[in-house]
Amino acid sequence: MENPMSLNSFRLEEKLTAWHIGIALGALFLGTWFGPLQVLEHAGIDLYGKLAPGIKGYYQGLTIHGVLNALVFTTFFITGFLTFATVHSLKMKLRFPWINILGLGLMAAGLLMTAAPLLLNNATVLYTFYPPLEASSLFYIGLTLVVVGSWVEGFGLYFTLAAWRRAHPGARTPFVAFASVLTMVMWQIASLGIAAEVLVLLIPWSLGLVKGTDPLLARTLFWFTGHPIVYFWLLPAYVSWYGMLPKQAGGKLFSDPLARLAFWLFLVLSIPVGLHHQFTDPGISPAWKAFQTLLTYGVTFPSLLTAFTVVASLELAGRARGGTGLFRWIRKLPWEDPSFSAQALAIVTFAFGGIGGIINASYNIDLLVHNTLWIVGHFHLTLATTVVLSFIGISYWLIPKLSGKELWSVRTAQVQVWLWIAGVLPFSASHHLLGLRFSVPRRTMLGEAPYLSPEWHPLLLVAALGGVLLFASLVLYFVVVLGTVFASRKLAQPVEMPVADSVRDLQETPQWLDTWKPWLIGTIVLIVISYGPPLADLIRNANLSSAGLRAW
Amino acid sequence: MNSFKVDPYEKWWMVASGIILVLFLLAVAVSAFSGFGLPGHEPHIDPSRVAVDPPFANPALVERGPGRYDVYMRAQIWAFAPNEIKVPAGSTVTFYMTSADLLHGFIIERTNVNVMVFPGQVTKTTARFDEPGEYRFFCHEYCGLAHHVMFGRVVVEARS
Repeated sequence: MENPMSLNSFRLEEKLTAWHIGIALGALFLGTWFGPLQVLEHAGIDLYGKLAPGIKGYYQGLTIHGVLNALVFTTFFITGFLTFATVHSLKMKLRFPWINILGLGLMAAGLLMTAAPLLLNNATVLYTFYPPLEASSLFYIGLTLVVVGSWVEGFGLYFTLAAWRRAHPGARTPFVAFASVLTMVMWQIASLGIAAEVLVLLIPWSLGLVKGTDPLLARTLFWFTGHPIVYFWLLPAYVSWYGMLPKQAGGKLFSDPLARLAFWLFLVLSIPVGLHHQFTDPGISPAWKAFQTLLTYGVTFPSLLTAFTVVASLELAGRARGGTGLFRWIRKLPWEDPSFSAQALAIVTFAFGGIGGIINASYNIDLLVHNTLWIVGHFHLTLATTVVLSFIGISYWLIPKLSGKELWSVRTAQVQVWLWIAGVLPFSASHHLLGLRFSVPRRTMLGEAPYLSPEWHPLLLVAALGGVLLFASLVLYFVVVLGTVFASRKLAQPVEMPVADSVRDLQETPQWLDTWKPWLIGTIVLIVISYGPPLADLIRNANLSSAGLRAW
Repeated sequence: MNSFKVDPYEKWWMVASGIILVLFLLAVAVSAFSGFGLPGHEPHIDPSRVAVDPPFANPALVERGPGRYDVYMRAQIWAFAPNEIKVPAGSTVTFYMTSADLLHGFIIERTNVNVMVFPGQVTKTTARFDEPGEYRFFCHEYCGLAHHVMFGRVVVEARS
C-alpha cells in the first residue's frame, strides 16, 4: 500500500470520474438552454413557442432546468469529483471499485428513467415535486435510483478510507480525503428524508396503491433533505477551496485543524435546519421553526470560519508571490489561471449569497422574500455561481488531467469566468430587488401574468440581460471543454491534483478532529431533538387524503 | 493529545462572528415577540369537503367588530375565492385560508403577509391596512398550467 503509485495506476478511477463528469456536463448543457428562455419570457420575449411540440411550455422547461442543473449535474459532478479527490488524496486505489461502478450504473439508469417522463411532459412538477401535483411514477423511481446510486458510491469511498486507516494507524487522514468522505456521510444521513418521502408516500401513491397523500408531511420530509442538499453541493467546493486552491495560488492551508472543525460542524449542523424553508407553512409549531432558526444561525458559523481560513490561505499565497500591503497582495494572485480566478470569484460571490442566506433563515424576516424572485437571485448567487463556478474552475484542471490534453484556449476560459460574473451580478441584483420591493412571485410565467406591473419591466429587462450573459458564458465553457477533449494537443507536462500542504505538520492536528464516532452521535442526537417532535406530530396527524392532480 | 492552536486574528474573527449572530438573533426575537409572527397549528379539515362544508364553502369577508374583519378564503386552481376584498382604511384583517386541491401561495404586495396554503390545513395570517389603495395578492407556489393568472386584490377605501 505504501508504494508510490505510478502515474497510470488510477486508470480505472479516472475513467469512472470521466464518466461522471461527462454525464454531469451533458445534463448542464441541456438544462442551461431553458435558463435564458425563462428570463426572456419574463421580459416579454416568449421563445417557448419555437420549441413546440417538443417542449410544451414554460413550466416544462422550468422543470427540466431545475432537475438537470440543480439535481443531476450536481450529483454526478460531485460523486465523480469526490471519488477522484479521495483516491488521489489517500494515494490509494478504490478498495472495491465494483461498488462505485454499481453506484454510477444506478445513477445513470435513474437519470434515464427520470428523463423520459420529463421530456414527455409527464413530470412537469418542478424539481421540488410537491404533492399533490402528481408526476409519472417513473419520475420518482428514477430520482430514487439517482439518490441510491450516490449512497452506494459513498460506501465505496468509506471502504477505501477504512482500508487506508488500517494501513496507517495513528496517522491523520489527509484533509481532502477526510472532507470528501465527510460530505458523502452528511449526504447519506440528510437524504433519508427525501427517501422516506418518495418511498413511503409518493411511489405507492403514484402507482395507485394508496389513494391519497399528506402534502405537509411530504413537504417536511422533502426539506429535511432540501436544505442539507445545498451543503452537499457546497462542501465539494469547500474541499477545493481549503484543500486545493491554496496550492494553485502558491500557498498553504492556513489551519488544518480549523478546516476540519468547519467540516465537522457542517456534518452536525447541516441537517437539523430544514424547517427554515417552511416558516410560512401552517401546521408546524412556530417554536420549532424558531429553534431551527437558531441552528441555522449555527451553521453559518463554519462558513464564517471558512471565509477566514480560505482568505488567510490565499493571503499567504499572495505574500509568498511577493505581494505586500493590506490588500495589494490580492493582485499578485494567479488571476491569469482560469481555474484560480473562477474559484476566487466564487468565494467573493458567496459573501453576498451568505448574507442573503442569513436573511432568508431569519424567521419572520423571511416573510418579506419567501417564494419571491429574491430567492431566485439568492439561488443563482449560491448554487449557480458559488458552486457551479467553483466546479467549472475545478474542471479547468480536472478535464486536462482526465483527457491528457492541454486546456484549449486559456484566453477563452478567462473570458468565460469574467463573463459569468458580468452576467450573474445584474441577474441576481434585479431578482433580489423584484422580490423584496414588489413581491414578484418566483417560478411564474410572468410574461403572461395579468398582474405584471409596468414598474417591474426595467428590472425584468436587466434580469434578462444577466441571464443571456450567463448563458453566453456557459456556451464559451462548453467550447473550451469540447475543444480540450477533441481538438487540443497532448499535455506537455502531466497534470496532478493540486493538494495544499498545511502550515503546520498534519500530525499536530488533534486526534479528536480525526475521530468519527462522537461527531456522528452528535449529528444524530441533534436531528432527533430538532426534527423528532415536529415530525412525530405530523406523522401522528397524518392524513392521506389528498388525491393526486396532473395540473399541467 | 496535541493542543488546538488558534491564530489570534482567527480567534477575534470567531468572537466577532459569534457576536454578530447573537445580535441578529436578538433582533429577530424582539420583532417576533412584538407581534410579527409565523403561522402555526389550526384545526385540520378534510380537503375533499372544502367546497361543501362551511366556512370555506361560501368564502367571504366577515366583519367581527369595528375595523376588525375575518376573511375565509379558498385557494384552488387557478383562482382565489373571494378574489376581491374591500375594507376601510385602518382595518385589521385576519385571513383563514385553505386549498381545495394543490399547494398554493399567498403574498400581498407592500405588506408582511406571505404564507403557504395547503389542502387539509388552515393557514391563519393577519394584516393591518392603514393606507388607502389597492394591494394585490399573488399565488407564489407553482400550481400548474395557469399558475400565473392566480391573483386578487384587497381594496382599502379611505374613510369618509
